[in-house]
Amino acid sequence: MSDIATRPAPNLLASPLVKTGLILAAIVAVLAVGIRLDSSNTLYAIFVDPFQQMVQAPDLLVQTVWEGLVSGVLYALIALGFVLIFKASGVFNFAQGIMVVFAALTLVGLYEKGVPAFLAVVITLGVMFALAVTIERVVLRPLVNQPDIILFMATFGITYFLIGFGEALFGGNPKQMIAEQLYLPKGAIDLQILGGLVSLQKIDIAAALIASLMIAALAAFFQYTRIGRALRAVADSHKAALSVGISLNQIWVIVWFTAGIVALITGIMWGARSDVSFALEIVALKALPVLILGGFTSIPGAIVGGLIIGIGEKLGEFYWGPLIGGGIESWLAYFIALGFLLFRPQGLFGDKIIERI
Amino acid sequence: MNAEPMNVTGTPIREKGEVLLSVENISLRFGGVKAITDVSFDIRKGEIRAIIGPNGAGKTSMLNCINGFYQPQEGQIVFKGERRAKMRPHRAAAGGIARTFQNVALFKGMSTLDNIMTGRTLKMKKGFFWQALRHGPAMQEEIAHRRVVEDIIDFLQIEHIRKLPVGKLPYGLQKRVELGRALAMEPELLLLDEPMAGMNLEEKEDMCRFILDVNNQFGTTIALIEHDMGVVMDLSDRVVVLEYGRKIADGTPDEVKADQRVIDAYLGVAH
Amino acid sequence: MLYREAGQYKSNYAADMAVFPLREDRIGLGVILAIAFIAIPFLGSDFFIASVMIPFLVFSLAAIGLNILTGYTGLISLGTAAFMGVGAYSCYKLTTIFPDVNIVVLILVSGLFSAGIGVLFGLPSLRIKGFYLAVATLAAQFFLQWAFVRVPWLFNYNASGAIEVPQRTLFDLPITGASATPETRYFVCLGLVVVLTWFASNIVHGKLGRSWMAVRDMDIAAELMGIKLLNAKLTAFAVSSYFCGVAGAMMIFLWYGGGEAADVFSIRLSFNILFMVIIGGLGSLIGSFFGAAFLSILPTALKFGLPALGIPIQGAAAEHVTFMLVGALIITFLIVEPHGLARLWQIGKQKLRTWPFPY
Repeated sequence: MSDIATRPAPNLLASPLVKTGLILAAIVAVLAVGIRLDSSNTLYAIFVDPFQQMVQAPDLLVQTVWEGLVSGVLYALIALGFVLIFKASGVFNFAQGIMVVFAALTLVGLYEKGVPAFLAVVITLGVMFALAVTIERVVLRPLVNQPDIILFMATFGITYFLIGFGEALFGGNPKQMIAEQLYLPKGAIDLQILGGLVSLQKIDIAAALIASLMIAALAAFFQYTRIGRALRAVADSHKAALSVGISLNQIWVIVWFTAGIVALITGIMWGARSDVSFALEIVALKALPVLILGGFTSIPGAIVGGLIIGIGEKLGEFYWGPLIGGGIESWLAYFIALGFLLFRPQGLFGDKIIERI
Repeated sequence: MNAEPMNVTGTPIREKGEVLLSVENISLRFGGVKAITDVSFDIRKGEIRAIIGPNGAGKTSMLNCINGFYQPQEGQIVFKGERRAKMRPHRAAAGGIARTFQNVALFKGMSTLDNIMTGRTLKMKKGFFWQALRHGPAMQEEIAHRRVVEDIIDFLQIEHIRKLPVGKLPYGLQKRVELGRALAMEPELLLLDEPMAGMNLEEKEDMCRFILDVNNQFGTTIALIEHDMGVVMDLSDRVVVLEYGRKIADGTPDEVKADQRVIDAYLGVAH
Repeated sequence: MLYREAGQYKSNYAADMAVFPLREDRIGLGVILAIAFIAIPFLGSDFFIASVMIPFLVFSLAAIGLNILTGYTGLISLGTAAFMGVGAYSCYKLTTIFPDVNIVVLILVSGLFSAGIGVLFGLPSLRIKGFYLAVATLAAQFFLQWAFVRVPWLFNYNASGAIEVPQRTLFDLPITGASATPETRYFVCLGLVVVLTWFASNIVHGKLGRSWMAVRDMDIAAELMGIKLLNAKLTAFAVSSYFCGVAGAMMIFLWYGGGEAADVFSIRLSFNILFMVIIGGLGSLIGSFFGAAFLSILPTALKFGLPALGIPIQGAAAEHVTFMLVGALIITFLIVEPHGLARLWQIGKQKLRTWPFPY
């Protein structure tokens, strides 16, 4: 095949880029015609008006994007807990969301019992450690080498147990997060930009900062420490890791505890924005589409995915939601992820899976 | 069975028919990794064709291309006179290509009987509503196919494990059930991926006998991958040898055995 | 000596392929049906029939539906409740548009709408599997639940935003609405469940069932045997959603009698039904009944049983205990017996078969 002249011309249509471009061009063309012929202005309301609004009131756009960014950071934090556990144990931990609630509830519950705020944080960390050890002993160890799907379903069990346990201990009523006692900033910064007022909550800025710090720390931990290397080894193959003398049990406790710490921080940040209740559980499920976008094993993927979902659903809700009655935030994230999946099943940063047989 | 004393004397005795399948200039890449590079060969009706080569030579990938599980980037496959660049797995199955796998790929949760019955799926035509009733035509169809399946079970001598879940069977029996499942499709071309891997001598002899019987009694064309050279040389009419995704030899077992490049590939070359 | 296959010869394939090849099993089934159709309606109290038996039947049907998808085809769905909701709302719309058509017919037809929606949300299953698919079904759950609240056409623009179940009759007996007695509602439920279970059993024992299990156990091999993956998965979604849809319609029309429909079909319900399938036994129809019985009776038993035993427990605490218990049970079953109650049942029968010898 050295002679270039004998090669068939590369099929332009086969290139995904060209294909996507053509499809987009076709859609734009059809829309342009459609909007002209459209009498009831539906197409106009969907495809033109929202963008006009964005251009006319850029401050609102910035505000919406910022809101999306902040909720995206929180989704990313929950997704991060998932990714940690999935990387190290291959377990898709459905209970991560409820761990966030549980950690936050424990913290607030302890404070209400009269424990000083920072001591409460320390004790909560202890509780999360105990939880990690318990889960390893009671759930993971007996289920080692079982199919992934069995472990996945076992985490449903953990979820339900923690819901019942948490409600029995702390009651089902929403609680106030002890943000002030933890010296988290309050209030808002108002910025004069783009001819309007954009209001940024200080707690949101703090959340973004803390999240970035934590992600950096985790990345360093994974990359440069002995335990981090062992974690990566376990992620690749349980059996191979065992055979070189890595203790699975120890690794699992570490990684679930790390996920517990991430859960506590997420819980504090989230609780400071709204309040602490089991309603968070439903919101925490939004971490799943984030994971789909980012791929299950990629920390950068979790972050980028979180931001895309967060911003996407806020923009969708603000500009398109009113067209169909609002409240589309509850499902838009899943549809964004679903649409994405159809084109890239392995996620943004995942590797293409080659099936072997 | 009194099989022909094939190949022992050096020449294949059976007269083979026209070309059933031919692969033409197949190339397959995974990203930057070349699994197969520009390989061509043909399989004639009624023959036993062996594909051999060291580990990682691209043998299984070749079978995967033939039954449409992988799509080669270049080259074409001509099956029964039909030339196509792309083969879909179910189209290959409907055209009469059946397959067993290197690591047994049985349906572990199902019984032996059900596993082999799945092989009849394509031949069962009764619609959903008859199936939901499980009476009348649908039941008659089930029974007719059950009869065929029982013949295969007899042939492979696995009557005693008929109703056992296959997941718990010993490896040798699983391989046999898998062969049965492929036979249930009444294939024209049967692809066997290391049918004797991990078997003891006795099990290997049984499996060889089944393969020869299938070839003789049903006239099924067989392409097989095997590492046991004794088996390959005894069973096959023609052998194609792959190394690093390229074809390095093609011919009767004796020609291939004498080929210097094959010897080098297997024994290594002195540098 | 009660349970032996000895002496029961099968001389043709039809007899050998029967779902219950053993005479004792057939007698057992007859006894159970007799109890269900005769003993319970005549001996059971209204409370027992209305709050134990009807929920049990509805959940059983939904669990069978999910089991077809998850247990037989290996596709996890977290959107069961939404598909049930589709059944309930389409039944409501149908009976509004066609008030003269018998409600039982409409309940059966409303499953078809659910099947259609199920196929739609099953489409991604060709490209994605496992956890990814679970997330895709969450899209169905949240989207449909949103639609049940936000699309007023679905609940006939009622001020309450809920389904108001009208009175409908069968043989001049009211079977839905406020004046229907628990017994009549129970009979309708039972009839539907028995017939649909029979269909389900036929399907899973036939070609389609085998294709589903093949896809579940080894999708690649199934494909290379000529089974079209998309067809197999979509039929599983369709049949599964049909059962769930009928269960949903039964739930609103024969059990709840309207009320907070949108809240009922929440993700909690999806989980509950998934748990029934896991505890009962993945890939087992009888397991679906066991799981449904276990999980639908557990909360009632805790709420009323514990105080009866002298252990004081409040409503809320009972609920918490239920949650913890269910969670713990899921884990226990997955560890000890991943095939659930159905496998325990099988082991029991095996023991009985060899009794009095250990094996």
